[in-house]
Amino acid sequence: MSSTTTYDPATRRVPALGGFSATLLRIELLRVLRNRRTIIFTLIFPAALFFAFGGQGSDERVGHGNVSAYIMVSMAFYGAALTASATGASVALERALGWSRQLRLTPLHPVAYIAVKAIVALAIGGISITVVNIAGLVQGKPDMPVGIWIASALLTLVCALVFAALGVFVGYLVPGENAMQFLGPALALFAFLGNVFIPIDEGSTMWWVASCTPMFGPAMVSRSVLTGDLPWYAVVNAVAWLAIFVGGAAWRMSKDTARV
Amino acid sequence: MTSAPAIRLSGVRKQFGSVIAVDGIDLTVQQGEVVAFLGPNGAGKTSTIDMVLGLSRPTAGSVEVLGLEPRAAIARGLISAVMQTGGLLKDLSVRETVAYTASLFPGAAPVEEVLERAGISAIADRKVGKCSGGEQQRLRFAMALLPDPALLLLDEPTTGMDVEGRRSFWSAIRQDAERGRTVLFATHYLEEADQYADRIVLVSHGRVVADGSGSEIKALSSGRTVRATVGDATAVADDLRRMAGVDGVEVRGDAVIAHAKDSDAVARHLLTSTDARDLEITAKGIEEAFLSLTGDAAPAREEARA
Repeated sequence: MSSTTTYDPATRRVPALGGFSATLLRIELLRVLRNRRTIIFTLIFPAALFFAFGGQGSDERVGHGNVSAYIMVSMAFYGAALTASATGASVALERALGWSRQLRLTPLHPVAYIAVKAIVALAIGGISITVVNIAGLVQGKPDMPVGIWIASALLTLVCALVFAALGVFVGYLVPGENAMQFLGPALALFAFLGNVFIPIDEGSTMWWVASCTPMFGPAMVSRSVLTGDLPWYAVVNAVAWLAIFVGGAAWRMSKDTARV
Repeated sequence: MTSAPAIRLSGVRKQFGSVIAVDGIDLTVQQGEVVAFLGPNGAGKTSTIDMVLGLSRPTAGSVEVLGLEPRAAIARGLISAVMQTGGLLKDLSVRETVAYTASLFPGAAPVEEVLERAGISAIADRKVGKCSGGEQQRLRFAMALLPDPALLLLDEPTTGMDVEGRRSFWSAIRQDAERGRTVLFATHYLEEADQYADRIVLVSHGRVVADGSGSEIKALSSGRTVRATVGDATAVADDLRRMAGVDGVEVRGDAVIAHAKDSDAVARHLLTSTDARDLEITAKGIEEAFLSLTGDAAPAREEARA
């Protein structure tokens, strides 16, 4: 063909910010918000748990607030941890569907992709925390200074990110849709052991075992503004589990170079 | 302007542990060529395509796409691929999928226009998971063509299409190729390779075992059969048996049948030096060519090999 043209690579542009854009963020956020299972387990369930437990001992003081406030922070933490791990595990489903491979054939930079996912996890975690806090306001029993209220909510969000890393790690170990079926019960168990649902007597054998489980530290840290108490072992626990989950996720991701 | 070849592989090897998937491939594809990558499963087709796509790196040798590293070519939207399955999110709508992909390519056409051109406007709001296989395949093509790629890689592109679908698919591909787009498709449909590719690259055991047009490939392996009616068949047959490049000669009545690698020389001899008439030259089927070149079972029947 005499009319044949050739492609000149010099005329092509690489997308700005590695492909990060408002469009991607919007669609990824919509995906999470449209998922009925996510909405039930991350938004409705923690708020319902708070209504079930949050009325107990509201007169009793804990640190700068009362027991009801303590339970509210715990439930917000649990909801945000569920949300964050679900967002992390969704990467595994995308991988199983071949979507990750499809994205690797576009200019989207992996860092931009992880940034989008992290922002979505933060946003949905934030919504989850907000819903529980609104439940607390509506119920009217939690009592703590406004500054501590806000600081607790923000700290909870940061602590929940430990479980985004767990989600990615488990997502790579347990492929596809099964990841969340494994994570849901595991997180409930961790929540019991992590003093999130019911307090465990300090110093008991159970307490020693529980203090080594992954929700124990992050939950304690997220409540530390309210309780005014941040023991060293809680910080060690949170940092250690963060390192384990991030390390595990990075290890599985690097093993997974073949066909993704 | 002299343009860089669409694909240049030099001395490419790929090893997975002790398994050699690609064992030294040299291949240059010029822009605008339509090339079939033909071979049995496990021949190294997929490993080679993955390296062209920048999904994996060669153990040795180099891969260039339009003079660039594959990842650099991907970043500029110069390469697209259409896989046969997967690669779609079921919970997105068709429009969202196109919008998502389009947002990654600077200068991509507007989403509605892309949907229109791909004939999927009517299903734009449908969830991908609810689309039929054919609709999903059209969506994959719409996504692949978004960046106006210089090189399009297709994996078994027409599996599941009916005859009419296959014909219109290939006519669209040929039109794009005439405008300069390079197309490399992996297949084990021998007929498809023969019919639609300008060039067939036959791979077996990680090597290129043949490279040429469909008819060249056929001639390469088994030669052609020349048949003519002559006055004195026995004498002509004796002459032919003495020619170089003739594998066998038969006489049937007043017809002489010669199997030859250089069928042109046989035909020239018959037409210029004898009274031959009704001369016929036939090639063996590409399936037979395939068998004798790869030394394997026919690829279409060879599903079990990894």
